[in-house]
Amino acid sequence: MTHDAVLLLSIIILLTPLLSFLINVFFGGKLGKISGIIGTSILGIDFVMAIVVAFTKLVTYPDIHTIQTRFEWISLGPIKVVIGYGIDNIAAMMLIVVTLISFLVHLFSTEYMSDDRRYPKFYAYLGLFTFSMLGIVIANNFLLMYMFWELVGISSYLLIGFWYEKNSASNAGKKAFITNRIGDLGFFTGIMILYMTYGTFMFDEVFAGISSGVMPFNSPTFLTLAGIGIFLGAMGKSAQWPLHVWLPDAMEGPTPVSALIHAATMVAAGVYLVAKVFAMFTADALTFIAAIGTITAFVSATIAITQVDFKKVLAYSTVSQLGFMIMSLGVGGYTNGFFHLVTHAWFKAALFLAAGSVIHAMHHAMHHMHDHHTDPQDINNMGGLRKTMPWTYRTFLFVTLALSGVPLTSGFLSKDGLLAGTLAYANLTGGWHWIIPVMGFAAAGMTAFYMFRLTIVAFHGEPKTKIASHTHENKSVILIPLIVLSVLSLWFFYSPTPIDGSKGWVHRLVVQPASAVPAAYQWSFLLPEHAGEASPAMHAEGEGHEAAATEELHHEAQPAAHATTHAYLNKFQEESHHFHYIAMFLSVLIAGGAIGLAFMIYQYKVISADKLEARLKFLHTFSLNKWYFDELYQATVIAGTVALSKMLSWFDTYIVDGLVNLSAYITRGFSFITGLFDNHVIDGAVNLIANTTGFVGARLRKVQTGHIQTYLVFVLVGLLVLLYYFSINF
Amino acid sequence: MEIGLTHYLIISAILFSLGMFGIVARKHAIMVLMGLELVLNAANINFIAFARFGGMNIEGHVAAIFVIILAAAEAAVALAIVLNIYQNFRHVNVDEVDQMRD
Amino acid sequence: MDLITIGFYFLAALTIVFGAIVVITKNIMHSAFSLLFTFAGIAGLYVLMQADFLAITQIMIYIGGILVLIIFGVMLTTHITGVDVRSGTLGKFQMIGAVMMMIVIAVSLIVVFMSTRWFLAESQPVEETAPQIGNLLLTKYLLAFEAASMLLLIAIVGAAFIARKHK
Repeated sequence: MTHDAVLLLSIIILLTPLLSFLINVFFGGKLGKISGIIGTSILGIDFVMAIVVAFTKLVTYPDIHTIQTRFEWISLGPIKVVIGYGIDNIAAMMLIVVTLISFLVHLFSTEYMSDDRRYPKFYAYLGLFTFSMLGIVIANNFLLMYMFWELVGISSYLLIGFWYEKNSASNAGKKAFITNRIGDLGFFTGIMILYMTYGTFMFDEVFAGISSGVMPFNSPTFLTLAGIGIFLGAMGKSAQWPLHVWLPDAMEGPTPVSALIHAATMVAAGVYLVAKVFAMFTADALTFIAAIGTITAFVSATIAITQVDFKKVLAYSTVSQLGFMIMSLGVGGYTNGFFHLVTHAWFKAALFLAAGSVIHAMHHAMHHMHDHHTDPQDINNMGGLRKTMPWTYRTFLFVTLALSGVPLTSGFLSKDGLLAGTLAYANLTGGWHWIIPVMGFAAAGMTAFYMFRLTIVAFHGEPKTKIASHTHENKSVILIPLIVLSVLSLWFFYSPTPIDGSKGWVHRLVVQPASAVPAAYQWSFLLPEHAGEASPAMHAEGEGHEAAATEELHHEAQPAAHATTHAYLNKFQEESHHFHYIAMFLSVLIAGGAIGLAFMIYQYKVISADKLEARLKFLHTFSLNKWYFDELYQATVIAGTVALSKMLSWFDTYIVDGLVNLSAYITRGFSFITGLFDNHVIDGAVNLIANTTGFVGARLRKVQTGHIQTYLVFVLVGLLVLLYYFSINF
Repeated sequence: MEIGLTHYLIISAILFSLGMFGIVARKHAIMVLMGLELVLNAANINFIAFARFGGMNIEGHVAAIFVIILAAAEAAVALAIVLNIYQNFRHVNVDEVDQMRD
Repeated sequence: MDLITIGFYFLAALTIVFGAIVVITKNIMHSAFSLLFTFAGIAGLYVLMQADFLAITQIMIYIGGILVLIIFGVMLTTHITGVDVRSGTLGKFQMIGAVMMMIVIAVSLIVVFMSTRWFLAESQPVEETAPQIGNLLLTKYLLAFEAASMLLLIAIVGAAFIARKHK
C-alpha cells in the first residue's frame, strides 16, 4: 500500500464510528435492538481496517517516522493554521487497541445493555466516543488533538452519566468533566505558549523549533512550563494524582463503558499524549512527570487494598497502573511506558468486562429472587463464583496474573521493563530519585496483593449470600470478549522469550524519539550517544518541508531518527538493560510474596483480616476513605469558595450596609431640618409649577395616542425639519 | 445623460417615501413590515450607489450586508411579535393595539 | 441610449411601480407578491452597480428568506377562507394627509439629492467583490461580524420564544 492509501484508510477508520453515531442518534428510535448490531458491525469493519493500516505501517514502513499529511485550515492574513493527521508506530498500535476494545465492548454490550430503555442512545454515545478517541490517535498537531480531547471529554461525560436518573451517576459525570477541565486549562495554556513562540500547531514543526534553540519568551523555564501545562491535560485525562478523584466515581457508568473508557482508551489518552510530545519535555518537566506518576501509582494502590466495591478496586488499580506508565515516561522509559499502556489496555479491559459479567449475573440473580436492596457490586456479597461462573473466573484469574506481573504474561514483560527503567533512572541521577523505584516496587507488590484479595474474596470460598449462589454463567456474547482479551495477555504476542520484553517487536518498533530539547536542559543520559549526527539531520528534513507545507495535501515521510535496531539508543537504555535481571528478580519476589500473603489472609485465613484491620486501624481507615482526597477538596477548594462568598456577603451586609445606613442616618437628620423649610416655602412654589405642568400635560396627553404610526409621523416631520434646516445652512 | 449617482439616489428616495407611506398609512402589521423592508432597501441602494460612484468602494457593500443581516433579524422578531399579537387580539391592526397608551 | 441605460430605466420602473403596488393595493397577498418584483428589481440595480455579491445576497435573503417569512406571516394571521385578506387603511382625511406627506418627503429628498454637489470618485475597474467583502468581514469588521452573528442567534431564539404557543 502506498502512503496515500494508508492515509485514506485511516481517515475512513476515523469517520466510520461517527457514521455509527449519526445513524444511531437519528434513527435509534426506529432501529431499536438493530442499532446494537449496526454499531458492532461498523466497529468490526473498523477493526479490520485498523489491522490493515497498522500492519502496513509496522511491517512495510517501520522506519518511516510518520506517514502524515497536512493542509491549511485557516489563513487570515499573517495567521496560518495548518492541521493534518498522520500515522506513526505508536498511533498504528493505538489504532488496533482502540478499535478492538471498542469492538469487543460493543459486542459485550449487546447482551449487557439489552434491558436498557436507551439502548440505541448507548450505541450512539459509544460511536461518538470511539470517533473522538481515534481522532486523538491520528492527530499530528496540537489543535486537532485538543479538539478531539474535548470531544472525548464530552462523550465520556455522556457515557458516565448514562443512567442520569441516578443522582450519583449524573454527579459523577459532572465531576469527571469538571476535573478534566482543570487539567485541560493547563493543556490549553501549554499549547498557547508553543503557538505564540513557534507559530504552528504541528508536532514536528514545534519540535524543530525547539531543537533550533528558540525558547518560549527566551527562557527554558517557559519551555518547562509549556511541557508541564500539556502534561496537566494528560493528568486530567489519565487521572493522575491529584486529579485522580473523578475516575473511581466514574464507575457509576455502565460497566462496558468502564472497560472502554476507564481502562483502555480515554485514560490512556493522557499517556499517549505524553508519549507523542515526549521530545519536547525538558529534564525538569520530566522530573515533575515522574514524581506525579510515582505518587499516583503508590497512593492509589494503597487505596485499592481496602475498597469493597468490585469496580472501585479495579478503578484504583487502573489509576495506579496509569501512574506506572506516566512514571516510566517521566524517567525516560518511553518504550516501556507505551508497552505497558498496550498490555494494560488488554488485561484491564478484560478485568472490567469480567466485572461486568459478574455484576450482570448478580443482577439477574437478584432479579430472580426479587431482591432490590443488596449491592450487586460489593465483593462481600459475592464469594464462590468460581463454581457458578467458571469461564468468567478462568479469564479473570488469568488477567489478574497478568496485572500482578507474574511471568509468562504480557504484564510481566511490560512491568518488569518499566521497573528496570526506574532503577536505571535512580542509579543515573541518584539522590532522592531512589524513592521512585522504591515506591514503584511497593506499588507493584500492592497490585498483586489487592488483585488476589479481590479474586479470592469474590470467586473463592463459599457463597456469602444467597444471591451469589444463584448466579449463572453468562451467554457466550459476554464470554467471547473476555477470552479474546485474556488470550492477548499471553507473552508470546509481544516477545519471543517470556522473560525479556526488550527482545520483542514492541521495543524494535517503538523507538524513543530523539529529544528536541537542547542538551543544556535535558538529562544527558537521554541524549543519543551520537547526538551530532542523527538529530540535526531529522530536523533539517522537517524544516525543508515547511515551505512546501502550504500546498494542499502534501505528503511527506520523515526517516526515523534512529533506524538501528540493536545498538543502544542512549545511556538510559544501556543502564536499564543492566538492571533488567535485578528488576525481574525483585518484581517476581515481591509479587509472589504479595500473592502468598493474600492467600494466607483471605483464602486460608492463617492471618485474620479483622485482627490485622484492628491492629492497623489508622492506616485502614485512611485507605478506606481514599486518603480523604474528596474530603480534602470539599474542605479546601469547595468550602474555600463557599467561605469566600460568605465572607464577601458578610462584608456587604455589615461593613458596606453599615456605611450606607450611617450615611442614611446622617442624611435623615439633615433632611428633617431642611424638610421644615421645604414644606412651607418651597412646596408653595412647586405646587404652582406642578399645577401648571399638570394642566399642560393634560392637553399634551392627547398627542400620546399609543399608535405607532402617529409617532412615526412625528419622527418624519422632525426629519423634514432637519433636512430643510441643513439645506438652508449649507 | 449617463446613468450616475443621482439616478440611483432618486430611485432610493422614491422607494423610501413609498415605504414610509406604507408604514404610516396601512393598518395591517405585516403591511407595515413590508413598508419597512422597502425603506431598508432604499437605504441599501444608497450604500451601493455610493460604493460604486462615491468612492466608498467595498466598505459600502459591507455596510449593506450588515443592513441585510439586521433586516433578517428584524423580520424574524417582528413576525414573531405579529403572531403573538394575533394570538392575543385575533387581528393584527396596529392602530387598534394601543395598550401602551395607558 | 445604450443597453445599460435601457436596463437601468427598465429596472427602475419595475422597482418603483411594484413598490407602489406594494403599499397601495388592498389585497395583502398582492402586496407580498409585488414585493417580490421590487426586490428582484433592486437586485438587478445592484448588478448594474457591479455589486455581484450583494445582488445574490439580495435574492437569497430577501426573496428566499424574508419574503417567504412575510408570506407565512400573512397566511398565519389572516383568515384565508374569510374575507379578511384585505387590509384596511386609514380614514379619508388621514389618507390625504399621508399622501401629502409622502409627496413632500419624496420631493424634498429628490431636491436635496439633486442640488447637492456629490464627491464623485474615479470609476473603479470591475472586480469580483466576494473575496474583498470576506476579507474585510474577517479583518476590519470582525467585531461587527461577530456581533451580527450574536444578534442573529438572539433573534432566532427570541423569535421562537415569542411566537410559541402560550399555555
